Amino acid sequence: MNKLVISGSPHIHDHDSVSKIMYTVVLAMIPAMLASFWFFGFDSLRVMLVAVISALLMEWATQKFLLKGPLTINDGSAVVSGILLAFNLPAGIPSWMVVAGAFVMIGVAKMTFGGLGKNPFNPALVGRVFMLISFPVEMTKWPVPRPLFATRLADAITGPTALGLFKEGVDAGQSAQTMLHASQMPTEIARFFGEMGGSLGEVSAIAILLGGAYMVYKKVIDWQLPLSILLTAFLFSGLFYLINPAVYAPPMFHLLTGGLILGAVFMATDMVTSPMTIKGKVVFGVGIGLLTVTIRLWGSYPEGISFAILIMNAFTPLINKAFKPKRFGSDVLKTAKI
Amino acid sequence: MKLATFRIGGVHPPENKLSANEPIIRLPLPKQLVIPLSQNLGAAPKPVVKKGDEVKKGQLIARGEAFISANLHAPASGKIAKIDDAVDSSGYRRMAIFLDVTDDEWMEGIDSTDELIHQNLPSSEVIRERIKEAGIVGMGGAAFPTHVKMMIPEGKKAEVLLINGVECEPYLTSDHRLMLEKTQEIILGIRILMKAIDVKRALIGVENNKPDAINRLQQFCNADNGIEVHALKVKYPQGGEKQLIKALLGREVPSGKLPIEVGCVVSNVGTAFAVYEAVQKNRPLIERVVTVTGKKLTKPSNFLVRIGTPMSALIEAAGGMPVDTGKIVNGGPMMGKALPTTDIPITKGSSGVLLVDQSESRRSTPNTCIRCARCVTVCPMGLEPYLLARISKLSLVERAEKERIMDCIECGSCQYTCPSALPLLDYIRLGKQRTASYLRNRK
Amino acid sequence: MNDILLFTLLTLCLLAIVLAVVLYFVAQKFKVIEDPKIDLVEDVLPKANCGGCGFPGCRNFAEVTVKAANENNSLGDLNCPVGGNEVMKQVASILGLEVQEKDPLIAVVRCNGSFAHSPAKVRFDGPASCAFAHQLFAGEGGCQYGCLGLGDCVASCIFDAIHMDATTGLPVVNDLCTACGACVKACPRGIIELRSKGKKDRRIFVSCINKEKGGPAKKNCEAACIGCSKCQQVCPHDAIVMANNLAYIDFVKCKLCRKCVEVCPTDAIHEINFPPRKPKLEYTETNTQPPGGHDRLEKVQPVQNKTVDIE
Repeated sequence: MNKLVISGSPHIHDHDSVSKIMYTVVLAMIPAMLASFWFFGFDSLRVMLVAVISALLMEWATQKFLLKGPLTINDGSAVVSGILLAFNLPAGIPSWMVVAGAFVMIGVAKMTFGGLGKNPFNPALVGRVFMLISFPVEMTKWPVPRPLFATRLADAITGPTALGLFKEGVDAGQSAQTMLHASQMPTEIARFFGEMGGSLGEVSAIAILLGGAYMVYKKVIDWQLPLSILLTAFLFSGLFYLINPAVYAPPMFHLLTGGLILGAVFMATDMVTSPMTIKGKVVFGVGIGLLTVTIRLWGSYPEGISFAILIMNAFTPLINKAFKPKRFGSDVLKTAKI
Repeated sequence: MKLATFRIGGVHPPENKLSANEPIIRLPLPKQLVIPLSQNLGAAPKPVVKKGDEVKKGQLIARGEAFISANLHAPASGKIAKIDDAVDSSGYRRMAIFLDVTDDEWMEGIDSTDELIHQNLPSSEVIRERIKEAGIVGMGGAAFPTHVKMMIPEGKKAEVLLINGVECEPYLTSDHRLMLEKTQEIILGIRILMKAIDVKRALIGVENNKPDAINRLQQFCNADNGIEVHALKVKYPQGGEKQLIKALLGREVPSGKLPIEVGCVVSNVGTAFAVYEAVQKNRPLIERVVTVTGKKLTKPSNFLVRIGTPMSALIEAAGGMPVDTGKIVNGGPMMGKALPTTDIPITKGSSGVLLVDQSESRRSTPNTCIRCARCVTVCPMGLEPYLLARISKLSLVERAEKERIMDCIECGSCQYTCPSALPLLDYIRLGKQRTASYLRNRK
Repeated sequence: MNDILLFTLLTLCLLAIVLAVVLYFVAQKFKVIEDPKIDLVEDVLPKANCGGCGFPGCRNFAEVTVKAANENNSLGDLNCPVGGNEVMKQVASILGLEVQEKDPLIAVVRCNGSFAHSPAKVRFDGPASCAFAHQLFAGEGGCQYGCLGLGDCVASCIFDAIHMDATTGLPVVNDLCTACGACVKACPRGIIELRSKGKKDRRIFVSCINKEKGGPAKKNCEAACIGCSKCQQVCPHDAIVMANNLAYIDFVKCKLCRKCVEVCPTDAIHEINFPPRKPKLEYTETNTQPPGGHDRLEKVQPVQNKTVDIE
């Protein structure tokens, strides 16, 4: 008979694991993956596959040859990062650029800090920002979406994103109202379902929200974080729209365009780089909302969510220090129920 | 109806109450009883017998001399074989009294009948004296001497007595069966305790997975005796003292303080039963109900066992040790202690013996902390286990004290839920030990 | 163009001069007057900053020694175990004092509970921390005084002087040991002791701290000290003390005669770095070479005298 085991309590476990969490996130990303395939065709598949495979390859190679430590590519975190990176890219991006981005994402943003759990910045966003700065032209060439069964024109047609279109127009002197109704501007419905220019994952708000709801149901993310981001962005942009509707877009426009919903649901909620308590997460979310809208309204980039999240990632340790959970025993004598 | 519960944290391990419908069976006496001296929180009592002495069942064999200590009595009549080291449930060898059993007759002056004595409850001084003499300690597992608990410190007043019938640990059912089968005795015990601390109200908290016990208790609770039964939401660790007080009274005991600080005293149903026996029948504490359970065990049961019975006897009576047993746990799966052998005797605080199969005994290899904050979400004391574990590993005792490591009730919810299978509670226990010695040296 | 260059150069030079002057005055005003001897003493110290002297860092030790020399005119108990007698002589000469030569010490692991002597009866599952395992249970071998083998001592050593032997499961000390005392503090059971290195690096010690009676002790480990007192009876120098079923050899009184090693029935007493002795009984000796290059003579069971039948 095998020897008895001595270990400290507890002697049972709820059988949750890192891979279970990661694969739940992958499941949650399926609606957005399907939407990207629907709107951008096989290009989206290509980008996603290249991103995931390069991410896995980079992680395996670093662990096997550089760190000489245990191999953890099975835990699914590289897969999640790969898909998230792909979600941030335009469908037409050349594959070799995706490989470069994935290598930076895993090698620099994750492995140099010690691997899973030790990175201060969201790896997919670091990868994306690296690509934006290194390949500014290709990273801003947005293929016009063509729903899968619609008649296809020449595939190489690209156009601006809704945000890009708006910003250029207003900077050129047009009024906000004119831009909102410009012929190239996607309709409200289009913005919600995703028939508009943009990166693979960001276009379909409904697909992302479905995934987000699934993750909340499975308790992988806390709903307070995406909500605080979206609410803050809505209120802040709404404030300025009220002040000057000729120059600023309405808040719903801001919510449904660009990567705001994608960032709020999938990127900011990354466990490793976001705060530990609910209070902390709300503060984190408010910061992201404010920064995103600030960059959108007054910065030189049309979209600000990636930078906003990265900046707030830097504040996460400080937020963790400042916002501790409510200690038991701090409300001493509340009204008794006797 | 919305059930009361504690607000912060908590987990829901599978209940596995395999023995919930098994009536209490009296286990036959073994040939030798090994009674460890250290069975209570505080100082161990000093033996008042020596090798070769003949003792009667119920006779005093060790006297608690320190302020926080408890007496020990012979669980059966017989002869003292020796007073020597034996491995007890701490895993270490400590002093124990070895008693060769000859018969099962109570000594003179003790009521040996099963009759319910409900009249003539004595005065509170006599009650406390009898509780002290009988060596009663908290039967929920902590084993704190009850007579000390019933002494209300100067300047504080008790408003209400809380009775812990929660039994939130999976698998354990001894309190459940006791509430069903010895209901009136428990109610009397509660009334006696109420008298001891001079309160007019008592609340019994029972988790909602024991509706039969709740109904049965309710039959004997009324406005006259001032006792109420409250059903509580099933959530671990509802049975923790502070969580129980929060659920029943809505009050939170401040860090480092005792329940009397918020006007209450908490006691286990098993303790209430023992108090009844001590005060009304003059019986010292010599036996308790122990759940023997496990998925592979043929007959999960609840036994009435004499203190000093080796656990092997209980396992035999429950169908024998299953072939691939991986762990023998003294207590429940969340807070119980894994034991190296089955020769270890039952003590006043042993509420259960759980046999875990080999397949469930192996822990997963720990991964790295992914900062998912599940441990923070489930901690019932509002602490940050990932942080406490890390600073415990680094022995940063000052930081640990500031992060309230001493508030940890060691419930195990954090380690239970960690997706990376990190040994959070293991390190926190180590940190608590180091911080405690740092605090002692600081004084 | 030249104007700008000239102007820039002049401004920068002026700025540099002004700042230099300011710095000079500030340095003078906030100068910390230190006894120059502190620097001299610190120079001769090994600079390991190990804390073996009991002070935080070599600089602090230097300050303390200079202070002691100035106030008490003696170094008292102050000692750097890593530097040893050589360094202390130098320190003393800088301070103009005499210092007593101290007996060099070395860490000694007093446990025989190897996998062979004390086989595992249960399996431990948890973090590799002796402090934690000590809290949890007696040990895989069952002896509650014995080495847990999880390496808190190894982790605490900054001199690379102690390592876990994978075959025995016990730590082994090599001659890099400076007797700083870190492993002694790290061991939750007090198994490691700082003992005299001994003449010619030879030492004898009871490799067991088990305080249980003989029966239970031997049940868990076949090489335990059972407290039989045979060693104490045979010691001609009164160096062995019996207490709590355990023998202890005083390393000051011990004259390394090895009589105790011969009579110990469980081989609990170890002799280090002795030459093989002439066999009085017929017994086989095995020379095992644990890492670190120490000779360890292990006495094996005496072989029965062969009776030769003479036809």
